[in-house]
Amino acid sequence: MEPFAHDLMDGPPEVARAPRPYANPYLAGIGIGIVLLAAFVLVGRGLGASGAFNSTIAWLVSWVAPGYAHDNGFLAGYLGGDTHPLKSWLVFEVAGVFVGALGSGLLAHRVVRTVERGPRISIAGRLALAFLGGMIMAFGAALARGCTSGQALTGGALLNLGSWVFMLSVFVGGYAAAWFLRRQWR
Amino acid sequence: MIAPLEKLGWFGDETSLVIAFLIGIGFGFFLERAGFGSAKKLVAQFYLRDLAVFKVMFSAIVTAMLGVTYLAWAGYLDLSLVYLVPTFWIAQLAGGLLLGVGFVVGGYCPGTSIASAATGRIDGVVFVLGFAAGTLGFAVASPLLQGVLGAGELGPTTLPDALGVPYGAVVFAVVVVAVAGFAGASWIERRMAARDAGVR
Repeated sequence: MEPFAHDLMDGPPEVARAPRPYANPYLAGIGIGIVLLAAFVLVGRGLGASGAFNSTIAWLVSWVAPGYAHDNGFLAGYLGGDTHPLKSWLVFEVAGVFVGALGSGLLAHRVVRTVERGPRISIAGRLALAFLGGMIMAFGAALARGCTSGQALTGGALLNLGSWVFMLSVFVGGYAAAWFLRRQWR
Repeated sequence: MIAPLEKLGWFGDETSLVIAFLIGIGFGFFLERAGFGSAKKLVAQFYLRDLAVFKVMFSAIVTAMLGVTYLAWAGYLDLSLVYLVPTFWIAQLAGGLLLGVGFVVGGYCPGTSIASAATGRIDGVVFVLGFAAGTLGFAVASPLLQGVLGAGELGPTTLPDALGVPYGAVVFAVVVVAVAGFAGASWIERRMAARDAGVR
């Protein structure tokens, strides 16, 4: 639980290391909304995350097995044609997400090397479920053609029919799974 | 019409990648501000202890939706040039259910897992690796999944199109539902806090 950085100007380390409270959810939401609106106005597209994984995996596979990547319909769509697969809007946007989150975390003393878990689960158990959850989510996002960022937020604001179907479905899936996974979190 | 600027030729691909990076910084900053680099904070949504996920998501949607609606109405933004993901409602219904399950199993969604990995969470890093492995798995399995991938295809469709009601009416309804939802969410949080206090 050692913070990577703290501001010496803030006084003794014990004080400086205490993580600051999170922002008001409505203010943070309005901030995300303005960023999303800026994306619409500047480039005519919204936020996203899962697409960056698709591009990265397509690039890695094309490196190891170029023939397979070009023959696979799903991967071929992310190879970028004449441009490099990583020269994509979402890859650069997700790199920005990493930098922006790190910056916010450093400013608020919330950058901590830790494993987030409930009181009743081991570290190994939590990490196994994190990996499994990521895998399940990758299938969900690929089927839905986007995730919470690309579909729920972006499509939600554009009143996209499929995005609203997706969003309601995410909450249904989450609440349905919550009871079975209560030992992980509570 | 002056926007979207890129679509109208104000700048090229290279500049748009720089903008993508800057937009991402803004997105990541506010995600972390909201506490969404923390799996416990995110998952509390599904145990009704902290409904910040709903509050942040809907205040973001309402903000961007009102901005887009105003700019289009005032003639500054050509909404037909803003990319709309095509609707495949059955695939998106199934994908949403899986994503919701994955959220509670793994503790993050793709965007928030990047924020959590950036702020040192090992579980966030492992989630990112799991998501990458799952993406590869989906790609390998995709020839077998064409049926479900294409299920419920309707093309790019908006809620006002599908319901046959004016755009403004749906915007108004979303605002009303969001505001009622915010009040309801805070009420649920107070009820659950009182119940937890009573139990212990």
